[in-house]
Amino acid sequence: MTLTPVLTDNWDAPRSWTLASYEGRGGYDALKKALTMAPDDLITAVKDSGLRGRGGAGFPTGMKWSFIPQDNPNPKYLVVNADESEPGTCKDIPLMMASPHTLIEGVIISSFAIRANTAFIYVRGEVLHVVRRLQRAVQEAYLAGHLGKDIHGSGYDLDLVIHAGAGAYICGEETALLDSLEGRRGQPRLRPPFPAVAGLYASPTVINNVESIASVPSIIKNGADWFSSMGTEKSKGYVIYSLSGHVAKPGQYEAPLGITLRKLIDLGGGMREGHELKFWTPGGSSTPLLTAAHLDVPLDYEAVGAAGSMLGTRALQIFDETTCVVRAVLRWTEFYKHESCGKCTPCREGTWWLVQTLAKLEKGLYDEADGEAALDLLLDQCDNILGRSFCALGDGATSPISSSIEHFRAEYIAHLTHGGCPFDPALSAAFAAPLVTQGARA
Amino acid sequence: MINQTTYDELRQIAGRYPQARSGLLPMLHLVQSVEGRVTPEGIEACAEILDISAAEVSGVATFYTMYKRKPVGDFHVGVCTNTLCAVMGGDAIFERLKDHLDVGNDETTDVRPQDKASVTLEHIECNAACDYAPVVMVNWEFMDNQTPESATQLVDDLRAGREVHSTRGPRLCTWREAERVLAGFPDDLADEGPSAGKASLAGLEIARQKGWTAP
Repeated sequence: MTLTPVLTDNWDAPRSWTLASYEGRGGYDALKKALTMAPDDLITAVKDSGLRGRGGAGFPTGMKWSFIPQDNPNPKYLVVNADESEPGTCKDIPLMMASPHTLIEGVIISSFAIRANTAFIYVRGEVLHVVRRLQRAVQEAYLAGHLGKDIHGSGYDLDLVIHAGAGAYICGEETALLDSLEGRRGQPRLRPPFPAVAGLYASPTVINNVESIASVPSIIKNGADWFSSMGTEKSKGYVIYSLSGHVAKPGQYEAPLGITLRKLIDLGGGMREGHELKFWTPGGSSTPLLTAAHLDVPLDYEAVGAAGSMLGTRALQIFDETTCVVRAVLRWTEFYKHESCGKCTPCREGTWWLVQTLAKLEKGLYDEADGEAALDLLLDQCDNILGRSFCALGDGATSPISSSIEHFRAEYIAHLTHGGCPFDPALSAAFAAPLVTQGARA
Repeated sequence: MINQTTYDELRQIAGRYPQARSGLLPMLHLVQSVEGRVTPEGIEACAEILDISAAEVSGVATFYTMYKRKPVGDFHVGVCTNTLCAVMGGDAIFERLKDHLDVGNDETTDVRPQDKASVTLEHIECNAACDYAPVVMVNWEFMDNQTPESATQLVDDLRAGREVHSTRGPRLCTWREAERVLAGFPDDLADEGPSAGKASLAGLEIARQKGWTAP
């Protein structure tokens, strides 16, 4: 299987973020084609392509669009979730930095399909230059007549607002994002009603991830069959895989769904020199950890699910044998505790208790004889959060814990035997001396 | 001080949305840009314009970590200590900076006689640049692939008023200037910096070398 640059294809073009560069490579051709099509035919094309949501859940995008009740008298809205914050996930930010027009063209086509006249890009606030590039691209698109009134004489009007968030992981959850976009604390809403029926301002709303919407122009331009010729049986198309951590060449790799981690790491020249893979996340910290035993799992929705994890956002965080899994999991757990919005008890209180128990284990403060009981306590706490929380944040918080205990139970106990962490964190750093030097010093 | 110009700009933000209250987050960014933090006066101004209570505005302002109730320095230096960056060296960088600047988390340096600017140090969560770990953000601009040495040099340069550029963006502006952009008032720096950093292009370069394309 080869790499298939589509979304990333213009990232090495000079001034790729400008309208001139984007249009010079055929940008906005898909929009012109879309405006000659019936909106329902656009929805059908996206359905037929097999595109599934790239923000983690993998829900079919075309189906989401078809849930919008067109007889509802309220305005329809498109909201792009650009609140990329899941630990390990780093694909949407470089996309918006290098080619904001890919996203904006997708927004216009998608809004036209669902018959929305107002769209929003909710981008996390902590990425100043990405906000600048989006603001400029929207300005350029208005001046070129791609946005505004009567777009290219079609009679279709669309306004697009770039909206910067203010630092809250929970706002990546689509209903929390809507509350935040309404100027409130970002807390998830009870469903039903689903956003398709009562979303922003209680009106029909589609919320899609950046990469999902950015994929739409290529589907309209090249056809649903072209898109579905890539990927596996139920996971169609290309995606961006984000490789980070202890690999020789971290970065963004765009490939058809179903490529393996082994292939991706090999393409990038392997692990960092002299080290071997210990554990990894397939789709961010909320997806259960996998190990070297899973290197040949096809990275699509089904196979990663069958391996006991989730494809998520293809945020492949790679850790080698120098990394303490307990340290890694404790830090993620502290993150979930910090980001819990406080709305529901299992998550608000549960993540706090998880940190207490994990921190005590990490410091080796339990007697060795009580080690198994401490792990059971941790798993019991997880059991009281998983499936009992208001949204997926609570579920996600338990993933690294339960999966790491499954794969590395002995390493937890070793912290008690050792009276603390048996690893030297200095060896894990990117700026650690190469192995040869470490050997020579020892 | 929230003067007439700021009132007008706050109203302008609210006017961008089908329902005015949607403007509250960017309005609070503007308050920070003018006041250096979210002040009681700023909260009152937002409440008045949106016709909601000051308590409702406070409830929002206290929910989001980018809103600060203590004055922020000229440069907000955020060290990512979420797992991946922490393991890759973010913990060591954060420790070194605390020691070097003699401040704790979420604290601001004094401006010494030789300084031209102050620095606020904070550890931050994943900032979506994991392929550039360990990452430091200055006023929410990327400073990729840092080491303890590069980070101490960075803060020294910032305090001394020397020109510093983001590794993937323009010359660093001040925190207040950054907040104004987040409020939706562009600063005309969008064309600065590269399309993408090296890591963003890793897969594309391999595809180019091997002659691989999408069908």
